[in-house]
Formats: sequence, C-alpha cells, structure tokens
Amino acid sequence: MKATMQTEQRPARDVRPTQNYVSPEVNIFETKDGYVLEAEMPGVSKEGLEITLEGNEITIVGHRNNEVVTGTPLFRERALADYRRVFELDPAIDTAKIAAKMDQGVLSLTLPKSERVKPRKIAVD
Amino acid sequence: MNSLTRWQRPELSTWPGFGRLTDLRDEIDRLFESPLTELARTSNLLSGWNPALDLYEDKDNLYVKVELPGMKREDIDVSLHEGSLSISGERKSEQKHEDAEVYRAERFFGRFQRTVTLPTPVAADKVKAQYKDGILNITLPKTEEAKPKHIDVNVS
Repeated sequence: MKATMQTEQRPARDVRPTQNYVSPEVNIFETKDGYVLEAEMPGVSKEGLEITLEGNEITIVGHRNNEVVTGTPLFRERALADYRRVFELDPAIDTAKIAAKMDQGVLSLTLPKSERVKPRKIAVD
Repeated sequence: MNSLTRWQRPELSTWPGFGRLTDLRDEIDRLFESPLTELARTSNLLSGWNPALDLYEDKDNLYVKVELPGMKREDIDVSLHEGSLSISGERKSEQKHEDAEVYRAERFFGRFQRTVTLPTPVAADKVKAQYKDGILNITLPKTEEAKPKHIDVNVS
C-alpha cells in the first residue's frame, strides 16, 4: 500500500495565547451557617470581578483596572497580572444563595449551607 | 471544601500556593518570570506583612503605589522625612467569627511598615495620596530644582 505523505503547515507548539494569572491570597472560615471566603485582589473593582460557578467548582477571576502607568518604573514588586483562583465546593453549599461583596480590593464571598444539611434536632414522639 | 487541607499561619509556609500540587508547574514558571524582589518578599518567614510597592518616575513627579487591600483609610499613615517616604499602618482582623473553623489563613493582619528612599527631592506640601480598590496611590511632585532641565551646549 502506498503510503501517502500529507504535509500540513502546523506550528511546532500550540500557539494558544497564555494569560498569566496571579493567585489571590484567601482566608476561608466555616461557621455553622456556611462558609466565608475572603480573597485579596487589590486593584480590582466590582466591575472587574468575574465569578463563575460550574458544577461544584467556583472560579474567581479579578481583572485589574487598567492603571495609567505614567513614568518609568524604578522599583517594582507588584505582579501586574489579573487574579484567578478555583475552589471546589462542599456539596452542602446552597449555590443559589451565594453572595459576593467587594470592598477596597477584598472580595467577601458568603456561601451558606443548605438548610437540610444543618444540624437539626429531631423531636421524638 | 473537602479537598482543602488545614492551613497554618503564613509565617510557617515557605511558598505561596504550597499544597496545590497541580499548580506546581505554574508556580515554577512564575518563579522564573516574577521579579526577584517578589521572591525575597515571600521568603521573609517571620517578618509579617510586607505589602508590595512600586515606584515610578516621570519628569514632574514620583509615583508610589502600595497594595493594601481591606484597610480603612484612617488606619494608613503616610509620612515624609528627610527624603524617605514611610508608609505604615495596621490592618485589623474584622472577623467576628469566634466559633468559626479556619480552613485557610493566607492573609496577613497586623502592623506593617514600608520605607522608600526617594531618588529626588519632592515638595512635601504638594504630596497627594489616594486609596482606591485596595491600592494606595501617592503622587509626589518634584521640587523645581529636581526637575530635569535642558542645558544648551554652546560651541565656542
């Protein structure tokens, strides 16, 4: 069987544009009513936030406000990338009641547990 | 949240993101791409909070930007002394959850201080500071003598 050679123009590597993200620092607490997640994203305002829920995963993306950088940098420590972090949710969380608040670069996510999962006393007849 | 592990205070970790092995490659990539000052900053195990700071310069002003999320304006102190700009303050832990179980505590709380030696003299009375979206923006206008002047070269 004659093997036919097919040559395609194909780049040597996948040339998907990659976006560099920085992971925001978080504090996570659990109370009896649910979870509270605080993520630090300085430079992000409410409009720059993207929170998506897919299945049992929540993805938090914070786009920085495009700051006008005037002048030449003399000293730089800030990572000027957008923020991104993904979390796996406890199935006990009632995803319809998740609330988000943004204040001075800190995102506070409240994730309440669904009612039926909370400890309940059962009366005995 | 069953996949998260209990987390100690940040002072005990040597690496941001330690524990998330699936992101190890990303961490290593970032290690080589991020400026070396970031590495130095995160390896200060016991020095507490060290907020990131940028310093820029153009012909009229110096600009300082400090990342200070979650603070109240009155808790931030900015002072200028003998050519050094000092930014300090305290971030109080707002959280009232005494009965809460902590899963992750990466955020720093408490006092911090950063001091920057300014490369040129600035007009102290014209310094402006603004705190927005967790970033403190300080604009320091240079004194007239410090601005670059064009000098004509005479050929005799």
